[in-house]
Amino acid sequence: MNDVLINLKNLTFFYDGDKVLDDLSLQIRDKEFVTLLGPSGCGKTTTLRIIGGFLTPHSGDVFFDGKRINDLPPHKREVNTVFQRYALFPHLNVYDNVAFGLKVKKLPKEEIRRRVTEMLETVNLSGFEKRNVNQLSGGQQQRVAIARALVNYPKVLLLDEPLGALDLKLRKEMQLELKRIQQQLEITFVYVTHDQEEALTMSDTVVVIQDGVVQQVGTPQDIYNEPKNAFVADFIGESNIYDGIMLKDCLVKFAGVTLPCVDKGFRRNQPVDLVIRPEDVRFVNPEETELIGTVTSVIFKGVHYEMEVMVNDLLWVVHSTAARAVGETVGLAVDPFDIHIMERMFATDKNYVDGEVVEEDIIEFLGVRFKRENLGIPAGEKVRLTIDPEDISVTSEDISDATVYLESLIYKGAYNELIIWLDETELILHSQNDEEVATNIGVKFDFDRIEIKPLVGEKEAAE
Amino acid sequence: MKKLVSSPYLLWMVVFIIVPLFFVAYSAFTNDAQEFTIGNFSSIMKYTPVFLKSLWLAVVSTVICLLIAYPLAFVLSRKSPRSQGMLVMLIMLPMWINFLLRTYAWMTLLENEGLINKFLELLGFGSVQMINTQGAVVLGMVYNYLPFMVLPLYSIMCKIEPSVLEAAQDLGAGRFQTIFRVILPLSKTGILTGIIMVFVPSVSTFAISRMLGGGSNMLIGDLIEEQFLGGAYNPNVGSALSLILMVVILIIIGVTNTFDSDEMEGMLV
Repeated sequence: MNDVLINLKNLTFFYDGDKVLDDLSLQIRDKEFVTLLGPSGCGKTTTLRIIGGFLTPHSGDVFFDGKRINDLPPHKREVNTVFQRYALFPHLNVYDNVAFGLKVKKLPKEEIRRRVTEMLETVNLSGFEKRNVNQLSGGQQQRVAIARALVNYPKVLLLDEPLGALDLKLRKEMQLELKRIQQQLEITFVYVTHDQEEALTMSDTVVVIQDGVVQQVGTPQDIYNEPKNAFVADFIGESNIYDGIMLKDCLVKFAGVTLPCVDKGFRRNQPVDLVIRPEDVRFVNPEETELIGTVTSVIFKGVHYEMEVMVNDLLWVVHSTAARAVGETVGLAVDPFDIHIMERMFATDKNYVDGEVVEEDIIEFLGVRFKRENLGIPAGEKVRLTIDPEDISVTSEDISDATVYLESLIYKGAYNELIIWLDETELILHSQNDEEVATNIGVKFDFDRIEIKPLVGEKEAAE
Repeated sequence: MKKLVSSPYLLWMVVFIIVPLFFVAYSAFTNDAQEFTIGNFSSIMKYTPVFLKSLWLAVVSTVICLLIAYPLAFVLSRKSPRSQGMLVMLIMLPMWINFLLRTYAWMTLLENEGLINKFLELLGFGSVQMINTQGAVVLGMVYNYLPFMVLPLYSIMCKIEPSVLEAAQDLGAGRFQTIFRVILPLSKTGILTGIIMVFVPSVSTFAISRMLGGGSNMLIGDLIEEQFLGGAYNPNVGSALSLILMVVILIIIGVTNTFDSDEMEGMLV
């Protein structure tokens, strides 16, 4: 059964003037367990609410079973939702909560009784019919919410972070139970979560969303083993992410060493991101490897030890069942197929932006103005600015040159690589600080270090 | 400890509620010569029509208040917190002005030579008798007591989470189903509180009926006032009237409350 049941085409959605969904397209197949995974504010709940009919996209189309349903109100859609905080009816008992949808449809009493009883059995709540929903535990309320939705035999069940309010142990139980129910009833589940482990445990397909854009769609194994970019690698599981240069097919230079890998198809000397999972790094004799470093921290994690090793001023996180001592000199090795090469999220090493000399010695770019003594370029001239990622720093907003939107932050062994939006232009910068993604931050430019070249004609601009 | 804390309130209730009640009861069952009698009660049988009229007008006012306030309170509770505060203040605003002044304002508006009639004549509709009618009394009651209906409804509707309404829609309920299956049952306590808050002052009012109803629309409140301060001075009969009114109100509150607990059983068990 590989029929597409839900087809989202080029959805765009604005909330308070912010673009929450940016041309998002996604296909969901029948009887599939799909998880929309992403950090908070990435647009996953918005996507779910559009499928449920609670929001109407500002552009783009929603197809259900081949029919366009953009304007169909929620009560006429063949989907049911399990809400984030359950949203049970406080004035009804367990039985009446579950029976609500069937009573609304005016089904015969006998059938309602049969279906409700059967569904309460499915979610292990037999005998709770007369209970008041406010007296149930979080896990039980959750089961009522699931039963209340499923009793309508929807084609699709939408779940909006349904396990978020439960404690860890209960959450793990419910994960397995949800998976069991989904397989038993053969219904399409669309599940929203920010918990990557939850997504990997339950899903047939994981959709990683960030900033209203689908980053990657794939099986949990695909997403974990072959992340498409540094964001996905960073978000799913733990990872070491470094800058690298693809010398040629199957040979990458990074972290001061050149190692064989299995990836092909990149340009010669193309800058790339690469990810190495901590569990794929092995300890070897220092004589056998070029990766030699010092252990700086050891933490016991239960099944394994998590160790941090400094190699050529870059931090490597290593998971191993064998502990090493802090201060010990160790050699590290990685197999070629454990080095995953990815396209850079930001195409170039430096920022190239266009500006204009607005008056003598004053340059303006992206709404920021600065002075450069003895510039020698006449006013009105366009200029090309080259800004090194090191020359933009994060500051508090009151002393900043500009307020920018932080799109992503990825640790690259020695610094955080931040991608920001300023005046609809993407910029890259390096910082030692951790900042919250998807918020506004202040940045300051080191204006004296910005390279300025006159931009004469298209030829040089293209260079 | 608990007893100690509550003692000032108990004292207050005894001095200002129980003792006066006792005096009223005593006065109702005695005559001028302080002798026991039930004559006061038999003498007020002739006022039954006034009683019925008071009850009827109070019921009409309460129903109108409910019909106006219910949608208003719901819309209000779905607004952003900022505009909610603003709108609630607007609803409360008339209450900052003295009750009698507000009613006088209606008098001048409704008079035969009043503003509304002047305006109607200007438009060529001719003058309409508005003052000194039952309609004017109901209008006065609705106008004055509407906030008492809006506020309890509004505060209970604020507690209805938007996601619960979304859940109803999600489960197939259209607009009317959502109203009757979810919003109404969840706001029942607010409705009952509002009904009592409006009905009780409406049934016992005397100023509104006097000012807007003229002499022909005497209500039970006017009757009682007459017995204590007016020409028909007879405090014993007045007490008997008060006592009966109180019993009627208590019965009505009692009935609404049993309705309340009956319906809420599913929620509280």
